[in-house]
Order: sequence, then C-alpha cells, then structure tokens
Amino acid sequence: MRDRSYNAVMARKNEIMKAAIGLDYGSFESGSIAFDYEGMMAATGYTLETVQDIQREFGIGNSPLIELKNITALARSIAPKNKGARIFVKDEAANLSGSFKVRRAATSVYHAKRMGYKGVVTATSGNYGAAVAACAAKAGLKCIVVQECFDSRGIGQPEIIEKARKCEALGAEVVQLTVGPELFYVFLLLLEDTGYFNASLYTPFAIAGIETLGAEIARQFDEQVGRAPDVVVCTNAGGGNLTGTARGLKKAGCKASVIAASVNLKGLHMASDTQFNLKSFTTGHTGFGMPFSTFPDRSDVPKSAARPLRYMDDYVTVNQGEVFFITEALAVLEGMEKGPAGNTSLAAAFSLAQDMNEDECIVVQETEYTGAGKHINAQLSFARNNGIDIRFGDPSEEVAGKSIILPRHPSLICARHADMEHLRASLIHNALKLIDGEPTAEDIKFLAEETKTDIEFVKEHLK
Amino acid sequence: MIKKGDWVQVETVVLSPEKRTANIPDDTKHVPLKMWVKGRLQNESAELGDEVSVITRTNRLVSGTLCAVNPSYSHSFGDFIPELQQVDDMVKSIVFGGEKDEG
Repeated sequence: MRDRSYNAVMARKNEIMKAAIGLDYGSFESGSIAFDYEGMMAATGYTLETVQDIQREFGIGNSPLIELKNITALARSIAPKNKGARIFVKDEAANLSGSFKVRRAATSVYHAKRMGYKGVVTATSGNYGAAVAACAAKAGLKCIVVQECFDSRGIGQPEIIEKARKCEALGAEVVQLTVGPELFYVFLLLLEDTGYFNASLYTPFAIAGIETLGAEIARQFDEQVGRAPDVVVCTNAGGGNLTGTARGLKKAGCKASVIAASVNLKGLHMASDTQFNLKSFTTGHTGFGMPFSTFPDRSDVPKSAARPLRYMDDYVTVNQGEVFFITEALAVLEGMEKGPAGNTSLAAAFSLAQDMNEDECIVVQETEYTGAGKHINAQLSFARNNGIDIRFGDPSEEVAGKSIILPRHPSLICARHADMEHLRASLIHNALKLIDGEPTAEDIKFLAEETKTDIEFVKEHLK
Repeated sequence: MIKKGDWVQVETVVLSPEKRTANIPDDTKHVPLKMWVKGRLQNESAELGDEVSVITRTNRLVSGTLCAVNPSYSHSFGDFIPELQQVDDMVKSIVFGGEKDEG
C-alpha cells in the first residue's frame, strides 16, 4: 500500500493529477515562466460550437438577458445629468443547478464520461458542487464533492450547508471538512483511491464551458438591444468566470470592457478557523479574487486555465452591506429573488453605471439561486448571531468580520477601483519567484500577455 | 441501538494539530483537521461515539467515530431582519414615489 501521509501524498500530486485529468501539462511548459496557454486551451479539442452542443444536451445555456429598468431608474435618480447607463443582467440562476457554474461542470463531466472515468471529484464549497452533481447525475457518473464547511466547533456556514444539501439532493456524496488548505490532501487521496476524474474549476474544459456565456451575451445584445454592450461586470474569485466570459465575448467579436468585482473582505484570513464564520460571503470575495488574479497557479491543477489579468480592464470592490442592499433592491424593484454572492457584480454595476452615459449599456453577467442558508436574510441573521454589528450608515466604514453597514442611501454604494498597476506588478513578481535565474525573452512576452500590458511594462517591473 | 444498514454520519481526525501544514494561521494550527462523511453502517450494531465503518453513496468504505443517525438538514432563512424592510421602503419611494397623503 502506498504511503498515505500528508507529505508523501503531496509529493506525488503531479502524478495523481495527470491520472485524474488525463492532460499532460508538462507538454505546454517551457521549463521557465512561460507556457503555451492557448495551446493548452486548444488541447481540449472542444470548440465554442462543440461546447454549445454539449451544454444544449445537458439543458444548459440561453439564460434570459433582462434589462433592469427600475434598478437603472434608481441609479439615474442619483447620477449626474445624462449619466446612468442601462443595466442588464444575465439570469444564470435559470440554469440547471441554479448558477453559471454548470457551464463549467458540463464540459468536465462530458469529457470525464467520454474518457471512460466512472466518476468525478470536485473540491468546492460553492455552487460548482451542485453544478457537477447535476451533470454527473445526468451522465450517470458517480460524484464526490469535497467542502470546507465547518469551523473547529463544528459550526457550518449556512450558505455552504445549503450547498451540501443540494449536492446530496442531486445524488452526490459530500465530504465535509473543517477550515484549512489541507483539504487539497484529502482531495488528492480521494482522486487516488477512486480513480475518478478531477472536475476542477480550473481545467481548460471548465473554462471553455464559460466561453458560451460571453458569446451568448454578445448574441442576445445584438438580438434584443440592437447594439453591443459597453461594459461587462464579472464577480471575481478564482478568475474562471471572468476569463471564460471574456474569451467568449472576444470569440463573438464583442469589444466590451471587462470589469472584475469582488466583495471586500480585507483583514480576514481565509484559512483562519476563528474568522471562518465571521464572513457573510463564502465566494466572490477579495480573499480569493486578489491572490488568484496575481498568482493563478495556486489552484488545484498544475496550470490554471483561469488567468483573469489577461482579460481584465479594471477591478473594483464593494462591501458586504452594499451587496446585501442591492440584493434586496433587486427583489423588490425587479421581482428577482437571488443569492447574494452572484449580486456582487450588480452592486458594482449600479455604481459604475452612474459614471457612464445614459445611452450606454452595462451587463451583470450572472445571478445565482437562493434558498435556506444562502438567502440574504439567512446570512444577515447568522452574522448578527455571530456578533457582527449590522446597521445603516456609510458602507465605506464597514470592517469585514466586525460590521456590515447597509447604505443609508443608495448614493453611498461605491465601486472602489483597485490599483491595476499594482496587481499586474504583483503577478510579475509572483512569477519571478518560480525561477532561479533571469527571465527569458519568451517569459517577458508571456508576462506581457498575462498582465494585458506590453514588454516595456514588464521590463519596468522586473527591476 | 443503531443497526447495520442504518444511515449514519462519522467524524474522523484527518490531521492532528502537530501534523498540520506550516502555512496556516495559529488558530487553525492549534485544532485538528476534521472530516465528516455519511453512509450505511457496516457494524452489526453500534452506539454514538463508537468507532465504526460505513459504506458511502459512492461505495467507499470509511471508518470514523459515529456522530449522528439519520443526519438531516435544519438550516433556515434565519431570524427576521427589520433593516431589509427599510431598504424596501427606501428604494421603492425613490423609484415609484412615496406614499400619497390622502387627506
């Protein structure tokens, strides 16, 4: 029997991954920083059209594109004269399993089935678990979802508990853990023991699955609005949502700016046992968004296909109270009761629209389902019981883990711009840590692509 | 008494505190990494707290401490949050106008 100790299992992670994904990442690597990203994306063999066909078979895609006229009116009531872009939302909650994540799951599960795997394993505390479970159910594959769910007292985040319930309802097995990055060790053991496919969020299969979302936005805008959108806002955590959407927009010939939005959880450590239940957002937040943007390969595959800084034109953050406020506004002004995490980009768009002209269009590219545990009422109630101070005021004074400040007026909702140059420089510095010597010319060209900049920018930041 | 074949949940310590990885905050380092799994009990009979084996939904054999029988969900929509109604009133009055005084 093989050594099952932590160190031994972690030491053979590349071998386990190769067997569990069936992709030889080594063939895309240069031995230095650069690797053949587009080659890796093309290696799936699935074109945009093929992915659309696969998703149609699963009953996924073509979610409604809805103009939020009352939310737009609210934004215009506080915007300067002639400002206040039309705000649209892509109602991805209408998908199988209730979120856009099922687009990622479909290609992974389809591929796993085609390659002869008997089941799929995924490590996620988010909507992706139910997405994989739903597709596995339809494909007749076994499914295990590994969640970081409880603190050391055994108290679970209600949002994650709900996601566990949904996975089980769809026939999956759920393995639940306390807080800590060693979840990856349990995940590797499960892959090795079962021989199942790693339905990671970060494979080229998963990211190719989201490209259809971007392509649909371009097509639906053309059909319904008669023009292209100006800005698409993506809630950003691991970076796959933004990467896939932006690639899909590009493939459809749409030149809209792509803006990332995350909930600001500054000050909370994501691996802290005692802080785990002090946050009201388990995804879509800066605790994932910032580190994954500046070092994408921290994921559960050797080379992540989610590389958001390649496509990001701007990155804004909003606070928890602002997202809760806009989630409630969406329900009572538009009749759309949705989960809060997916509305992160709506809170951002509400603010960004006020800087845009009235004849421009901004799109929020997702919604997610809501229910017990992952409803704003459930999350606010849980926060209040954990001693979080919930009140009306100026949301810019919110301190994550201590307070949730609902804006006392919608004019206080503010998308705060992150320092893009700093983020891009961080990516370069993180990449340099991977090599001992000097970066090659190929590395510098690669880093320019990685940061959506040019060779001069990279050279400037190598100093 | 809990019988063979009953649907149960088991708890396992995956890593004791001294075996945890170095790169985590101190509060996490001081507690074990625990895991919970559900399945059908394989022992002839058992009580809560016993070391037992289960067969999970994907036919895996897992051992652990028996911690629940017929585990179910009780998460909810939480307590009433009055602030949300205030949000409703605020945004509706801005978009659709305030309540008209009929006097």
